Amino acid sequence: MDRVLEVENLTKIFTLGSIVSRIRITAVDNISFDLKPAEIFALAGESGCGKSTTARIIMGFEEPTSGEIVHKGKRDAKKKNEKVWFTEGIQAIFQDPFGTFNPLRIVDRYFFETVQQYRLAKNKAEAVKLIDQKLQAVGLSYEELAGRYPSEFSGGQLQRISIARALLTDPKLIIADEPVSMVDASLRMSIVNLFKKLTEDLGISVLYITHDLATAYYVSDRIAIMFRGNIVEMGTVEQVLMDPKHPYTQLLKESIPEVDTNKRWDEAINLSSTEHEEYLRQGCKFAGRCPRVMEVCKVAAPPDVIVDNVLVKCHLYTEMPQEAS
Amino acid sequence: MNEPVLKTEQLKAYYVLDVHGNIKTVKAVNEVDLEVRANEVYGIAGESGCGKSTLLKALYGAIEPPLRLMGGTVNYLIDGAELDIAALDPEEKRRIRWEYVSYVPQGAMSVLNPVIKLKDTYRDFIDSHVDGKSGDEVFKIARMKLDELGLPVEILEAYPHQLSGGMKQRLTIALAALLDPMIMICDEPTTALDVVVQRGVVQLLKDIQKKLKNSIILVTHDMGVHANIADRIGIMYAGKIVEEGSTEIIFNEPFHPYTNYLINSLPRFGDKSARESCPGNPPSLSELPDGCPFHPRCPYVKEQCKHQMPGIRKLSADHKVACWLVDEVKDG
Repeated sequence: MDRVLEVENLTKIFTLGSIVSRIRITAVDNISFDLKPAEIFALAGESGCGKSTTARIIMGFEEPTSGEIVHKGKRDAKKKNEKVWFTEGIQAIFQDPFGTFNPLRIVDRYFFETVQQYRLAKNKAEAVKLIDQKLQAVGLSYEELAGRYPSEFSGGQLQRISIARALLTDPKLIIADEPVSMVDASLRMSIVNLFKKLTEDLGISVLYITHDLATAYYVSDRIAIMFRGNIVEMGTVEQVLMDPKHPYTQLLKESIPEVDTNKRWDEAINLSSTEHEEYLRQGCKFAGRCPRVMEVCKVAAPPDVIVDNVLVKCHLYTEMPQEAS
Repeated sequence: MNEPVLKTEQLKAYYVLDVHGNIKTVKAVNEVDLEVRANEVYGIAGESGCGKSTLLKALYGAIEPPLRLMGGTVNYLIDGAELDIAALDPEEKRRIRWEYVSYVPQGAMSVLNPVIKLKDTYRDFIDSHVDGKSGDEVFKIARMKLDELGLPVEILEAYPHQLSGGMKQRLTIALAALLDPMIMICDEPTTALDVVVQRGVVQLLKDIQKKLKNSIILVTHDMGVHANIADRIGIMYAGKIVEEGSTEIIFNEPFHPYTNYLINSLPRFGDKSARESCPGNPPSLSELPDGCPFHPRCPYVKEQCKHQMPGIRKLSADHKVACWLVDEVKDG
């Protein structure tokens, strides 16, 4: 019972096109990971790698094709009363703070609505006290919020408000899908620091979904790198990001523009010209661009290998690549 | 030091909006003095809503209501002669565009017409600027240019939807470089792209700059991209350039308190020490505070800052700052 969330062999297949020309895209391909209490776990990768689809399945917006989500030892809840129990423990915040709130609605309505739906308070005074307490946790107060519209807040403030609302149910896990990519640069770290504070003070776990490896390194404990639906490397951030093993992680790490004027890129890189192609590829999906590609990569999908406690999905680390299935 | 190719003096461009009879002015570009030199990448950094994109529009002479030029000048220096962009008529503007100055707008990959092949987009474009060339000659130029930049030539036969976002973005940049312009203005060319693709785009810009020895004005909010490509950087805050200097100076010895916050809050690999972000919120451009726009958030705020905007002054040869703290350094 020391897992907040377990994701087991999750797969999601989207079907595109009509009956005549049907393409099946495996957006999430048999992935498994888990989250410990009070841990920040980053799910990182480029756009279209399946990280948001994974988040949407965990939040229940999308039905998985196969696989299971286990929360506090219980299987994925399907019935309505179980859904309440499920979302009480797992809350989400989203990428666009301006899109989260209806511009014509007063922001505090969202708070009272959540209180009502989860029956968190007996009367209004109690509700206000609870809301104020949660807002204090993110550095705001009820007075600042009462009766105001979303347009009166900055993006950074709205994102804090969104986090405070998620905190109302005392969740065990917060799923944050690209929470800082639309927040002003000068305020970004305040949101990221807030996640750190929540895990330290309240013991909440955070599933931090991002494409920004630098903040992922700064804030998280463990990280999983996704590529075209697969988790290609998973381990502690120090191991994965400071000493990447999978060629894709290496490329990704190198491609981050570092804020150091002495580290400019000089090598040329290969880009795929279309994205579809890689999803439909047999064998390793990275084979088309991999600098260390072997014959076996083009035929067989690589197995998960554990190297120094880091999970790597690559033929380079299998003992006898020919026999790997 | 290289010759300047573009200069602005006290440039002011405001959005003038009529909201139910009340005139509201949004001071998006406010008294900007800027000088872009030949053969350099000039980076402009700032948060969203600080006026970066508006500044670029003004530099390109694409001022359309509700945006209005309220004062100041933008001058191009073509072969030693100054050319005021605001004084040109549409035909003259059309002639210098793409041949002398080209513009890659934000989200540029969506400019490609989805229902025609890329070669037809290229043909449209070359026909309107290069006179008296037959179809074959035109394609020869297009192919040669693409080849020089390391882009696959077959791509001209494709439709835009068949290409990835990064490829489309690079094609549009290649299109903007087709007539060897002396100045290329790029608005967030790497935003909304993945890191690996972003690297490809930065590489392309670098290649173009090296080959043409022209000036690229690059706007992005991503400081990592600036560190990687820019020669000099201007930091913009609330419609003003608050600090300008060589990339090394901006990253290693930032002076303005805002630049300090911006640089020091960036997470770096191998360093998990706590990062603080700037307190407060960026001001609205329609309700700017008096004096220095940064004063409500500044930890070193003085009485003077609340009433008077500091002008941009030289701190050293290649470093200019708009901050009253400069006085203290200079006095001792």
